[in-house]
Formats: sequence, structure tokens, C-alpha cells
Amino acid sequence: MSTPSVNSGPIVETKGVEVRFPLPTHFLSREKPVLHALNTVNVSIMPGESFCVVGESGCGKTTLGRSILGLNSPTAGEIYFRGQRIDQMDEATRKPVRRDMQMVFQNPYASLNPRRNVFETLAEPVRHLMPELSANEARTRVEQVLSETGCDPSWQRRLPHEFSGGQRQRIAIARALVTNPAFVVADEPISALDVSIQAQILNLLTELQQERGLTYLFITHDLSVVQHFGTRVAVMYLGQVMELASAETIFAEPKHPYTQLLLEAIPKLEGGSFDKPRQPGELPDPVNLPKGCPFAARCHMAQDRCRQERPQLRGLPNGTEVACHFAE
Amino acid sequence: MAMLEVKDLHVAFPRGKHDEVEALRGVSLTLEKGERLGVVGESGAGKSMLAFAILNLIAEPGRVSHGTVKFNGENLLDLKERQIRDIRGNRISMIFQDPMVTLNPVLSIGVQMMETLRAHRKISDKEARALCIAKLKEVAIPSAESRLDAYPHELSGGLRQRVVIAIALLTDPEIIIADEPTTALDVTIQAEIMALILKLCREKDVALILITHDLGVVAEVTEKLMIMYAGKCVETGPTRQIIDTPRHPYASGLLKALPQHAGRGTRLYQIPGSMPPITNLPKGCTYHPRCDFATQRCHGGEPDLVNGVACYNPLTSDSANRTETKTEAET
Ligand SMILES: Nc1ncnc2c1ncn2[C@@H]1O[C@H](COP(=O)(O)OP(=O)(O)OP(=O)(O)O)[C@@H](O)[C@H]1O
Ligand SMILES: Nc1ncnc2c1ncn2[C@@H]1O[C@H](COP(=O)(O)OP(=O)(O)OP(=O)(O)O)[C@@H](O)[C@H]1O
Ligand SMILES: [Mg+2]
Ligand SMILES: [Mg+2]
Repeated sequence: MSTPSVNSGPIVETKGVEVRFPLPTHFLSREKPVLHALNTVNVSIMPGESFCVVGESGCGKTTLGRSILGLNSPTAGEIYFRGQRIDQMDEATRKPVRRDMQMVFQNPYASLNPRRNVFETLAEPVRHLMPELSANEARTRVEQVLSETGCDPSWQRRLPHEFSGGQRQRIAIARALVTNPAFVVADEPISALDVSIQAQILNLLTELQQERGLTYLFITHDLSVVQHFGTRVAVMYLGQVMELASAETIFAEPKHPYTQLLLEAIPKLEGGSFDKPRQPGELPDPVNLPKGCPFAARCHMAQDRCRQERPQLRGLPNGTEVACHFAE
Repeated sequence: MAMLEVKDLHVAFPRGKHDEVEALRGVSLTLEKGERLGVVGESGAGKSMLAFAILNLIAEPGRVSHGTVKFNGENLLDLKERQIRDIRGNRISMIFQDPMVTLNPVLSIGVQMMETLRAHRKISDKEARALCIAKLKEVAIPSAESRLDAYPHELSGGLRQRVVIAIALLTDPEIIIADEPTTALDVTIQAEIMALILKLCREKDVALILITHDLGVVAEVTEKLMIMYAGKCVETGPTRQIIDTPRHPYASGLLKALPQHAGRGTRLYQIPGSMPPITNLPKGCTYHPRCDFATQRCHGGEPDLVNGVACYNPLTSDSANRTETKTEAET
């Protein structure tokens, strides 16, 4: 294996990452239930990408983002940042890495501390992660980032409840960028926002990326956003990556039956998506994962092999990687 | 006479001792038998207020301060609570975003369905049970018989919403009002539920008022559309027509802001600012501070809804092209 170099290699790489959450034991039972949130996830994200992760609620998108940032520890596997293994670092060694990797959290209403004003919210990561800056430099840094993210300087002394959802999301983005990170996990940054505000935030993220050469891990359940914004996409189902492809390819040639189902389900201005009745599809329980393919129960192509043997990602001639025994 | 005729509906909430603010500021609509109407707008536009006001369900301290809601010629706002119960949940059913608003967590599905039926029909136990099973099958709930004894928490979110639809259909209503019925659900489950609602409305000729903020969803499901902004309807007409050739700058802006319309990596069209709160509406047209086409006149008085659009400078296909060029120039 070659040594990964800083410039040509991926900025973030996960190898066989697995996350399991132990659940409380039932008092009558001796079994220790374990929830499988991520199962052998391998992704590599190149510098400057907008790498999107899509999938339905509970499939492990947030857990993947949090694991990469060290906010929860994988039960197996390895995570690399610029070629350096980071998942087993202690807090002190990790500190310089933390300022390079930040997160915009899923819910702009819950992610800001209601008792901290905007200045304190942004100054905290500077103080903690950029101790070399003087108080004055820190203040300048906060003001500069606020203006870059379209926040008015007069907001600094105000509390989160005084802002609309879109404004809060700008503040959350400013907080993520204040330490000048290279890599940002944006966890459903626009889902909680109104349509007219979503475009404002997406434009802001694009501009910031162009100005700063940021790399995004962009988590969403809305495929139309991926089409506009993404470079590559990982489609997840029940903790597993089912399909990995460039954003263009996945819309032109979706290979996994689950990806196809997701694409068909998008409501379209031209109509036609809801015309044929659909049978209820239920997600299997992440505690008692089926032995075979997690999607088999909902899959129109499923055969015996799918219920016996879990498919692993494999490459197809068009460059897509797909975890399906029969996709071609 | 249309089946449902809503005229100049206002909803007000007290502010201080002597003042009121209006969450709904004069909304009118008509609905024919079997017609499907979409109501679209951003959070706080007054969509839910409209639904609640139609059923005379505005909770204290709010009140319907003006207007009429005629259902087959009868003003629902004049009815006594006992009389309107004959209509609500019977001839007009509601489906909410959260199925647990409708479902009681401590009663089995079967018991809840039977109660709804008995409240409105004289029917034997055996008949009621058979009807409940039939309705659960209609909404494609697998093994319907055994699900009668299940409790809501034993079902997934999608199945719960199916049960709510089954309950809404039990009494063969003439209208279903669905307030964001799929907003809390995943895309594939949303597609299942909306396909089901669409199919049932078509088959049974049930009228639908579908409230959502998703233009794609109304385009898929409805024939008629109403776009709300700050407590008013700013544009209404055939869904297809509004989506293809919107005339109100807000309607046009919403459509242009959708990411599926923009090329990859290009700048999205964006409407500046955000919708004002009802406590602080700008003078004149409430949309003018965000509008690309505002003129002096828009600062003065609020435009009425004329020919389906409330705007002094409605877009023609020409002026719509003008913004198109403007966005390109910006990028
Ligand atoms: N701390 C935890 N303890 C136990 N289970 C957890 C924990 N965090 C997440 N989970 C479970 O792990 C699975 C994946 O959760 P995750 O939040 O990553 O999903 P997601 O894809 O982000 O979903 P959503 O779209 O709803 O945000 C879910 O089944 C969730 O319930
Ligand atoms: N109890 C109340 N007192 C005062 N104002 C209220 C009250 N309830 C609602 N409002 C206001 O009425 C307006 C309309 O609210 P409504 O719930 O109809 O919005 P909506 O369009 O359904 O939004 P959403 O998409 O968020 O559901 C909002 O500005 C809201 O703040
Ligand atoms: Mg999440
Ligand atoms: Mg509402």
C-alpha cells in the first residue's frame, strides 16, 4: 500500500467503519440488544468535493458524519483525515484536527445554545481551538466570518430565539466556519427551512466552497438537492452504503433497486410519480438485522440468495459501485 | 352552487387588551364535488388556520372574525357545536401531519375505528368490524384482520398514517382536508401515502384540500392551486397553469428557487429576505419588500385578488423571461 500524500489522496476516508449502540436490556431477558447503526462503511472523499449522503430516516447518515468528526466512536474500522488515522486519537492530539473538521447540525432550532448570544456562540470554538489568537484577533475573526456568511454585525449581542430559521442556519454555518476548517459535515442544513430560504442557504454554501476550497459531506434526504449540489453520492439503507456514484451518473443510471425507488418517489412538477399505487414498504429492525440484504424485503428483484448473503459494494463498468447481487 | 364555498374568511388573535392581529386576512375558495385543491405556502402563511377555520375549530383565544363557510349551502360557522359534529369527521374528514393527533395511544386500532363509526352511524358490531377490515384493506394494510387488535405504537409511521386515512374514509366523507399528511414521512413512504390518497379520491369522487409546502406534491396530486403568503391568497387557478406560467412574482420565485430547475453548480434563484410575521406586516403589498417587480404603487395599498392574482404588476411570459436574464447576469 502506498503512503497517502496530502495533496493527491482523499481528505477523509473511512475503512470498514461499524457503529453499534448497545440498548437497555429488557428486565426479563438475558439478551443484550444491539442496534447496528453503521455496517462496514467505506467512503473516500476527495478535496473540494460535495460528497452527499442520502437515505431515509434512521439509515445512519448522522452517525456517519458524527463518527468522522469523532463525536461518536466506531466499534470497528478506521477513519483517516489527510492520510492520518484519527479515530483512536486522544482529545489532546485531536485538538488541532478538530479545527479543520466542523459540523452544521441537523436542526437549527436545537443546535444553538439558547442562552448564548451570537458573539459568544462563535467565540467559543475560536477560544478553544485557536488559542494562539489574542482576544482582539478573535473578535476580528468572528466579525469577519459573520459578514462572509451574510449575518449582520448587529446580530452579535442577540440570542438565538430572536432569529428566524434561515438566520439561525446562517449563524450555525458561521460557527462551523469560524475556525477556518477544510472539511465540513452539513447535516440536512436546509430540511427545516422554507423553500424560499433553502435557495439562500444552498447558494451561501456554494459560494463559501468556491471562496475557501471547502470539502463538504452533505447529508440530505432530498435527491433534487443532490442533483444540483453534489459531486458524488452515497445512498445508504439501514447502515449500509447501497450505491456510490457521481451525482450525474446516479440520476442518469441508478443501479440499485433502492436508488431507483428513491428516484421514482420524488414528487415532480411534471407529475407522474404518484400515479401507480404502492404497497407499504417497511424498514427491517436495525436491532435484528436480517442475515442477507437489508433491502430484500422491499425489493422487487429479491431472490433466495439475497435473503441468505449480504451483498458487498462492487464496481460496475460505468464506474458506479453497488451493493446488490443482481444490479448490472 | 359549489359544494364548499368559503368567502372572505378572517381569523384573529388578541394582542394586548384592545388590539387583534389577523392570521388569516380574507381568504375565499370554492370546491366542487371530487375536486382536488392544493394550498401551498411557507411556514406561518396561515394554511392550518384556513383548515381549522373551515371546520370552525379555531382554538381560543383565536376566533373567526369574519366570513362564511358554506357547505352544500349551509354556513358551518352558524351551526351549534352539536350540529357541526355531524359534519366534522363524518362528511368532512381531516388528516393531520402527526397521526397521533388522530389516534389514541391507549386504544387498539379496531376500537378506535368502531368508535368513529358508532359516533356517526347506527350499525351492529359485526357490520362495523367487517367495515373496518374492509377499510384497512382499502388502504393496503397487510394482514388487516390481525391489525385491528394492534396499538398505534406497534405500527410504523407510514402504517399509522394509513390507519388515519382508513378512519377518515370510514364515513364516506365528501371532503378530506389533509394538513401536511406526509411531511413527517420519508420520501418513499410519502409516495405511497400520496398515491393512496390520490387513488381513493379519484375512485370515490371525494374532494380534497391538500395543505403542503411542497410544490412537487401539489403538482402530482391537485387540479387547482392556491398560493398563500402572510395570511392571504396571492395566486389561485389551475395547478398546471400556475406551475407552467405563474403570474405572481412570489409564485414565480418559489418555482425558480427549486434546485431541480437550476443547472448543476450554478447559482439558484433566491428570493431575498423572509416572510414577515403577522404582527409586523409591511404597508402596501405584503410581498413588496422581497419583490423584484415592486413599483411605487406596491408600497401604497394592498392589491386585491383579481382574476386569480393579487398583484399590481402580474408577470406575463415576457416579464418572467426578464428575471431569467437577470439571474443569468448575476452569476
Ligand atoms: N446514541 C444512540 N443510541 C442508540 N441508538 C442510536 C443513537 N444514535 C443513533 N441511534 C440509532 O442509529 C440509527 C441511525 O441513526 P442516525 O441518526 O444516524 O440516522 P439518520 O440517517 O441521520 O436519520 P434521520 O434522517 O432521521 O436524521 C437509528 O436507528 C437511530 O435510532
Ligand atoms: N395561538 C396563536 N396566537 C397568535 N398567533 C398564532 C397562534 N397560532 C398561530 N398563530 C399565527 O398564525 C399564523 C398562521 O399560522 P398557521 O399555523 O396557519 O401557519 P401554517 O401556514 O400552517 O404554517 P406551517 O407550515 O408552519 O404549519 C402564524 O403567523 C402563527 O404565528
Ligand atoms: Mg440524521
Ligand atoms: Mg400548518
